[in-house]
Amino acid sequence: MRSFPKSLRAALVLASALFVSTGRGQHQGVQEPAGNEDAVAEEVLHDVSGDDLEVESQPNGSFKAGELIMEHIGDSHDWHLWGHTHLPLPIILKVGDGWNWELFSSSRFMDEHHHPASYRGKHGEYRLVGKNIVGTCGVDCVLKVTDLSITKNVATLFFCVALMLLVFVGIARGYRKRGVAAPQGPASLLEPIILFVRDDIAKNSIGEKHYQRFTPYLLTLFFFIWFLNLIGLIPIFPFGANLTGNIVTPLVLAAATFLIVTFVANSHYWRHIVAMPGIPPFVLIILTPIEIMGHFIRPIVLVIRLFANIMAGHIVLLVFFCLIFIFSKNGANPVGGWATSPFVLAFTVFINCLELLVGALQAYVFTLLTSIYIGTAVAGGHDDHH
Amino acid sequence: MNLVTPDIGLLFWMCLSFGIVVFLLSKFAWKPILGAVKTREQSIADALNEAKKMRDDMAKMSASNEEVMRQARAERDTLLKEARDIRDKEIAEAKSKAKAEADAMLGRAREDIRNEKNAAIVELRNQVADLSVQVAERILKEKLGDAAAQKALVDKVMTDIDLRKS
Repeated sequence: MRSFPKSLRAALVLASALFVSTGRGQHQGVQEPAGNEDAVAEEVLHDVSGDDLEVESQPNGSFKAGELIMEHIGDSHDWHLWGHTHLPLPIILKVGDGWNWELFSSSRFMDEHHHPASYRGKHGEYRLVGKNIVGTCGVDCVLKVTDLSITKNVATLFFCVALMLLVFVGIARGYRKRGVAAPQGPASLLEPIILFVRDDIAKNSIGEKHYQRFTPYLLTLFFFIWFLNLIGLIPIFPFGANLTGNIVTPLVLAAATFLIVTFVANSHYWRHIVAMPGIPPFVLIILTPIEIMGHFIRPIVLVIRLFANIMAGHIVLLVFFCLIFIFSKNGANPVGGWATSPFVLAFTVFINCLELLVGALQAYVFTLLTSIYIGTAVAGGHDDHH
Repeated sequence: MNLVTPDIGLLFWMCLSFGIVVFLLSKFAWKPILGAVKTREQSIADALNEAKKMRDDMAKMSASNEEVMRQARAERDTLLKEARDIRDKEIAEAKSKAKAEADAMLGRAREDIRNEKNAAIVELRNQVADLSVQVAERILKEKLGDAAAQKALVDKVMTDIDLRKS
């Protein structure tokens, strides 16, 4: 138990340090080519090319913070490491309505001069428009492309899954080996959290009778969200992808929660939704639609809460970093940039600490609400009638 | 806006990965971990119960020990009391016996003394009578001229007769 705060502190310091160092790196990275204005403009154009491709190459490299932020919290087909170095990722495309597949590397979208290029595959020619892949086959022939690529987010997802399997199957082996002895190593760090999820989340809100059935799902949910939140906070490879702040992750998790609640709900739950016992019929006319809507709104609220919290955290951090570029007039005024940096760094360190808390808190809230919804769905009809 | 439009590729991989991770972790991680934790909690609870039972047993045992001690002490007290009573009685008996004996001896001695005294008185009386007779006899035998001669005679007689010798 005592190792937990210590490790947490270490992780916090590490995460903050990493963020600070990358903050510096970005800062200098943009300041260096300040002499060459065309290069700056090109880099900004390259980095900031959003979805709508409306970046105009203005003289002295206008800096568009909004686009940079959107680019950073969004997905990409390759993994930007530093400068012009990108880790290529596999592009997987399903072309047309048939069983036609394309598999190639994302480095094909870039020629040796780091200019956008198109790739000619088996079924057509593909190029990146913003972040979307557009497939063409000759003039006026647009292919229907379903993009199942291993993007940065997907790769991070796999990384997180692998990490979780490694950690938890690893400590499970330790438990098998040591039997009833006290936990050691990573197990002693994670066991209090596992017990917290089991006792304070699952058992408290689902009840003694049913909680064991749902504890594995709740544990997975909690650690999945928490790990992804932490991964999103560490800005260097192989971390840094903003997955929980992407709408898909909360959507899938809340959909899983919704399906579980819908399928395990007993007749007592449905009766309370359709016709709350002991309520006059004319009130039911109002109440029943509200209850039915509630059944769908609750998972939607789960999605929005997690998505908005994590995304907001990332945006706040990026906004602070953008201040450096804005005050330095994107490299034209280095003094302004340097003068802003200390304040920005202090703020980002603070926000990062806050985000560490938010990351754990949102994992807790999501899991707690899920288990409360499950709890209401499986609550026995007889005990809590009155 | 792209921000809230789910990306189909990520959606696909997310469903797949999350499903797999839930399945694998439930089977290979949570089951053994929760099982081990539960076993441990059970064994701790058992050990605590065991300890409580032993403590109760100890308490019971010490209570019974106390009882035995108390009884033994009471028994000892009774025994001591009895012994003291017996001793006191014996001493008293011996004392009264000795007193009676002494009294009897004293009585006998007094009796003897009285008898001796009586015998002595009788003998003295007899000797005095004899002496008187002898004195009278001698006086009568002498010729009694004058008073001085008489007195000398009496003295002579008295000297002759050693009272203590007779």
